[in-house]
Amino acid sequence: MRLYSLFVYVFLYTPIAIIALFSFSAGRSASQFEGFSIKWYGRALNNPFVMDALGNSLFVAFVSATLASILGTLAAVGLQGIKGPARAFFDAIIYIAVMIPGIVIGIATLIALVTVFEVVNPWLANIWPEGGDPPSLSMGTPSLIAAHTMFTLALVVLIVRARLQGLEGALSEASADLYAPPLRTFRLITLPLIAPAILAGFLLSFTFSFDDFIIAFFVAGSETTLPIYIFSSIRRGVTPEVNAIGTMVMLASLVLLVIAQLILRRGDKR
Amino acid sequence: MTARERNWLLVAPAGAWLLVMLVLPLSVVVIFSFGERAPAGGWVPAFTFEQYANLPARFTAFKNTLTLAPLGTLAALIIAYPLAYQLAVRTDPKWKTILLVLVIVPFWTSILIRSYAWIFILGGQGLPALLDVFGLGDVRLIYTPFAVTVGIVYGYLPLMVFPIYVALDRLDKRLLEASSDLGARPFTTFLRVTLPMSTSGIATGCMLVFILLMGEFLIPALLGGGKVFFVGNALVDLFLQSRNWAFGSAVAVMLILVMLVTVTVYMRLISRLSATREDVSIM
Repeated sequence: MRLYSLFVYVFLYTPIAIIALFSFSAGRSASQFEGFSIKWYGRALNNPFVMDALGNSLFVAFVSATLASILGTLAAVGLQGIKGPARAFFDAIIYIAVMIPGIVIGIATLIALVTVFEVVNPWLANIWPEGGDPPSLSMGTPSLIAAHTMFTLALVVLIVRARLQGLEGALSEASADLYAPPLRTFRLITLPLIAPAILAGFLLSFTFSFDDFIIAFFVAGSETTLPIYIFSSIRRGVTPEVNAIGTMVMLASLVLLVIAQLILRRGDKR
Repeated sequence: MTARERNWLLVAPAGAWLLVMLVLPLSVVVIFSFGERAPAGGWVPAFTFEQYANLPARFTAFKNTLTLAPLGTLAALIIAYPLAYQLAVRTDPKWKTILLVLVIVPFWTSILIRSYAWIFILGGQGLPALLDVFGLGDVRLIYTPFAVTVGIVYGYLPLMVFPIYVALDRLDKRLLEASSDLGARPFTTFLRVTLPMSTSGIATGCMLVFILLMGEFLIPALLGGGKVFFVGNALVDLFLQSRNWAFGSAVAVMLILVMLVTVTVYMRLISRLSATREDVSIM
C-alpha cells in the first residue's frame, strides 16, 4: 500500500519535475538535456511578448479578484437575511456559474458581447458630438475582467457564505443588543471574523484568473495573457523558454496557494 | 433603510453582474442555436431547428467525450481510492495534512503546463524511446486515446482523492475493529464496511471530475493532436475557425443538455444505491 502511494506521488510530480529540469537545459532542444544553464530564464524575462502577457495576466487577475472579493462578500452578507424564491434563484445562478464548463462561458460571453457591441458602436458613433472620435467597444482586457469577475465572484460567495454559516449569531446579536448600529456590528464583529475567508477567496480568485486559459482564449480579443502565450508557443513547438516560464508560473501559484492555506488555517484557530 | 432593503442593496451589484455576464450570455447561446449562419460567418436571426438537425455532423466529438470522460473518471477513481484510503485510514495523523496537501497542490497549478509535460513523456523521445531500449520498440503513445486518458487522470486525480479522503477520514475507525473482532476477514470488512461508508465521497469525486471533463478542451488539444477531440475542441473550431455561431451554439446547448441528463440520472442512481445500502445495514 505504501509503495502504491509512493508510486502515485511519483506520477503526480514527475511531469512537474521534468518541466523544471528541462528549463535549466543549455541546449535548444526541449526534450534533451544538454548541460545546466539558467539562460532560458533570462531569455524569458527579457522577451517583451512574455513580459507583456505577464503584465496583462497580473492586471486582469488583480482587478477581477479584487472586484470579486468585494462584490462576493457583500452578496454573501446580504444573502444571510434573504429567504424565499429570490434566495433560491440567486443560489441557482451561483451554482450554474460554477457548474457550466469554462468553454461554454467563454463562447457565450464572446457572442453576447460581440452582438451587443455591434448594436452599441453605431449608436455611439451616431450620438457622438460632431468632429469627435467616437469610441469603438471591442473585446479586450475589460471584457476578460468582466468574465473572470463573474466566475470568481461565485466562488467568493460560496467560500464566504460557508464561513458565515459557521459563525454563531450570538456575537452579532449581543452587539445589536448593546445598541451598536448594524454597520458598526459588521465592521467590528463580522468583518474580522470572515476576513480570512475573504482573503482566501481573493487568492483563489487570483490563481484561477491567472491560470485560466479557456475563457481568456475566447474573451481576450487581441490581448494576450500568459496562458494564451504559452498555449500558442506550444503549438509552435516547445522550447526550454516555455519550460522556464512554466516553472516560474507554477512556483508563483504554489506560493499563493501556501499563503491562502496559512490564512485559512489561522482563521480556523481563532 | 430597513434591514430588508439593506440586504437587497448588498446583493444587487453581484446579482446584476451575474445577470449581465452569465444569464444574458447563456440566453444568447440558446437564442443563437435557433438561428442561421451568416454567409460571411457570424449569425442571422431565424427560427429553425436546422442546427439541431445537423448535430450528427459532430457525432465523433460527442462520442469521444462520452466514452473518454466516463473512462477517465473511472480510471481516476481506481487510482485515487487506494491512495485516499492509505491517507485517511493508515497514515499517522502527524503526516496526514502534509501528504494530502501534496496531492492537492498540483491541481492548483496551471493545468496547461502540467498537461503539456506529457507531450515530452509520451512523445517519441520519452517513454517510447525507453520502451525501445527494452526491445518493446516502436509504440506510438502521443496523440492516441491512451494519451488523452493519461492526461485526464493526471489532471483530475487530486479532485478525486480529496472527497474520498474526506469521507474515509470521517469513518469511525472502531467500526473496522469491530468488524475484524467479529471475525470478518480484512477484505470482507472493506467490502461491507469501508466501501459502503465512502460512497458519498466516491459519488462527489466522480461527479466533479465528470462535469469538468465534459467541457474539456486543453487535454485533447495538447495530447490528442487533432485525432482525439472532445466537444470542447469542436466548439473552439466552430467559434474561432469556421465562425459558425448558430451551429456552435446548438452544439453548446446539446453539451449542457447531455451534462444535465447524465448528472440527473447519476444522482438518481446514487441515491437509490445508498438507499438499498441502508436497507441492508438495517437488516
